[in-house]
Amino acid sequence: MSDRIFGGFGLLLAIFYIWAATIIKDSFMVDVVGPRAFPYMVGTVLALCSIYFIFRPDDEPAWPTFQKFSEIFFATAVMLLYAWVLPEVGFLISTVFATAYLTWRLGTQPFWSLVTGVATSGGIYIVFHLILGLSLAKGPLGF
Amino acid sequence: MEILSLLGDGFAVALTPQNLFLAFMGCFLGTLMGALPGLGPANGVAILIPIAFSLGLGPTPSLILLTSVYYGAMYGGRISSILLNIPGDEPAMMTCLDGYPMAQQGKAGEALSLSGIASFFGAFVATCGLVVLAPQLVKIALLFGPAEYFVLFTVAFATLGGITSTNQAKSAFAAALGLGVAMIGSDSQTGSQRFTFDHIHLYDGIDFLIAIVGLFALSEVFIFLEKHNKDAGPSSGPPKIGRILPDLSMLKRCVPSIGRGTALGFFSGVLPGAGASLGSFLAYSLEKQTVDREGETFGKGDPRGVAAPEAGNNAASGGALVPMLALGVPGSGTTAVLLAVLLQLNITPGPLLFTKNPDVVWGLIAALFIGNFMLLAMNIPLVGLFTRVLLIPTRILMPVVAMISFVGIYSITGSTFDVMLMVGFGVAGWVLRKLEVPLVPVILGILLGNQMEVNLRRAMTISDGDWLTLVGSPLAIILWVIAIAGFVLPMIYGRRMKARMESSRKDDEIIGD
Repeated sequence: MSDRIFGGFGLLLAIFYIWAATIIKDSFMVDVVGPRAFPYMVGTVLALCSIYFIFRPDDEPAWPTFQKFSEIFFATAVMLLYAWVLPEVGFLISTVFATAYLTWRLGTQPFWSLVTGVATSGGIYIVFHLILGLSLAKGPLGF
Repeated sequence: MEILSLLGDGFAVALTPQNLFLAFMGCFLGTLMGALPGLGPANGVAILIPIAFSLGLGPTPSLILLTSVYYGAMYGGRISSILLNIPGDEPAMMTCLDGYPMAQQGKAGEALSLSGIASFFGAFVATCGLVVLAPQLVKIALLFGPAEYFVLFTVAFATLGGITSTNQAKSAFAAALGLGVAMIGSDSQTGSQRFTFDHIHLYDGIDFLIAIVGLFALSEVFIFLEKHNKDAGPSSGPPKIGRILPDLSMLKRCVPSIGRGTALGFFSGVLPGAGASLGSFLAYSLEKQTVDREGETFGKGDPRGVAAPEAGNNAASGGALVPMLALGVPGSGTTAVLLAVLLQLNITPGPLLFTKNPDVVWGLIAALFIGNFMLLAMNIPLVGLFTRVLLIPTRILMPVVAMISFVGIYSITGSTFDVMLMVGFGVAGWVLRKLEVPLVPVILGILLGNQMEVNLRRAMTISDGDWLTLVGSPLAIILWVIAIAGFVLPMIYGRRMKARMESSRKDDEIIGD
C-alpha cells in the first residue's frame, strides 16, 4: 500500500513537473532542442515509474509507530527552527539548545543533554571558528 | 616512461608539508568515521566537503584531504565489524562473519592487524591499477563526442542500481528525481528560468552540496531517531584486543586469499554499478568456495575470511576511482560525493582532467600512495586508539554530526533558506530510504543532470535535430547495449544476489558505499 501511495504522489509530482516544464519561457537564444525537451523526458520517466509502483508495489516497509513518527516530526521542527533563529540569536546559543534537544530525545538525561549541548556548541565554535576560521552565524552578542 | 615522470611530479605536489598534513588528517578522520557505526565513507566525506571549501583550500589540497578520508573510512569500517559485530560501513559487513568470531576467541588484535595488512595490500595494488588503467581509459574517452557522453551518462544511471537492486523502477525513479532537481535554475544553454517560479533563491539552482549533506548525513540522523533504544551502545570498557601482530605462518596462509580478494575487488570497483560492497562480498564468497568447500572453518573465525573481504573492499575503493577520474562518471555513492568535490572546485572530471590539470590528478594519486602508508601505520600500532572511539555513544555522536552538517552548509551559503532546504532533503531522504528508493542515483542525477542535458543538446545541435545521432556510432551502440544489459540483468538476478547478501548480514539500513 505504501508503494501505491508513493506511486500516486510520484504521478502527481510528474504531472506537476511536466506542467511546470510547459510554462518555461523561451529566451532570445534558441537551440534545436530547446529548454523543455529534457525536462519532458525526466517527467516521463518519473510518471512511468510511478505507474509501475501503483501496479506492482513492493512489500510493505516497516513504518515506525506513531510515537516515533512524532519524534521525527518534532526533530524536523527543531531543525527548521534552528535554521530560522540562527542569524537572530547567533551560533553559540542556538546550537546549545538544538544539540541538547536531539541528545535528550535520543535517550540522554536532560541535564547531561544540556551539558552535551554546551560542549558541542563550544567545541564546534573553537575548532571551526577560532582555529579554522569558518564564518558562523553572528547573533546580536557577536557570537 | 611517461607515467612514472608524471607520478614523480605528483609526489612533488603531495609531499609539500601542507598536503602531507592534510593527507594525515584525512586518513585519521576517515578511519574514525569508518569505525563509527552510522557514519560511513559517503556521509563522512559529505559533511566534510563544505568545511573543506569554507577553509578556502585549493583544488589539490581539498581533493587530497577528502580522498584520504575516503580511503581511511574503508580501512576503519573493519574495526567495529571485528570488535562489535556491527559493520562500521556497508562494505565492512563481510568482515563481521569471521572477524567477530576471531575477536570472541581472543584474537581481536590479530584480526585487526591482519585485516589492516590486507586493506593495505588491496588499496596499494588498486592504486597501482589506477595509475595504469586510468590513462588507458582516458584514451578511449577522448574518442567520445557529445552523443556518446549522453549515452555514457545513461549507462551510469542504468547500472547504478547495481546487481543487488531488486526494483529497477525505484532506481530509475531516483535518478529521474535527481535529474529533475538538477533542472531547477537558469538553463545553461539559453538562460531561460526553469522551475524557479520566480523564487529568487532558486535562480542559481539548488546547490548539490545541500542535497548531498541532507540526503546522506541528516537522513542518517532521522533513521537513528527512529531506531534508537534508550540503552543502545556498548556499555563496558574498551574491548580486549590481545596481541597485535599475527604470527608469520598465519600471514603466509592468508597471502593467496589477499591476492584473490584484491583482484576481484579491483575489477568490481572499476565496473559500473558494482562498488566496494560487492567487491568484498565476491571476495569472501570466492574465498570460501576455494579454500573451504565444506564450510568447516569459514564463519567460525578463519583468518582468511577476514583477509579476503578486506582486501576486496579496499581494492574496490581504489578501482572505483578509475571511472570517476577518467570518465567523470562515478560508480558508487562515495565516488559520487568525490565527484561533487571536483564539480564544486570547477574541475570537470573526465579525459580533459588528465591533460588540463595533470597536477591535480597525479598529486591526488601520489597522495593516495602516501596516505596508504600512513593508514597502515595508524591502523596497526595505533588501533587501540580507534577502538576507544567506539565507546562514544551514538546518542551523542548523531547530534554532533547534525550540527557539523549545519555548520558546513551555513558557512558556505550563509543562508537560512539553504539550511532549511537541507532539512527538507534530510526528511525526503528518510522517506525514500524507508521506501527502499536508493539515494545514490538521486545524488548522481543532481550532479550529472546539467552535463547530461548539455551533451544531449550539443549532439542535437551538431546533427541538426536528428535524434538518430544518439545511435550513430559503434561506440554509442556498444554503450547502449551495456546500459540496457545493466538495467535488465538485475531484474533477473537481482533478487537472488540480494538474498544471498542479506542472508549473511543483519542490518540493511546503511547507505551504499
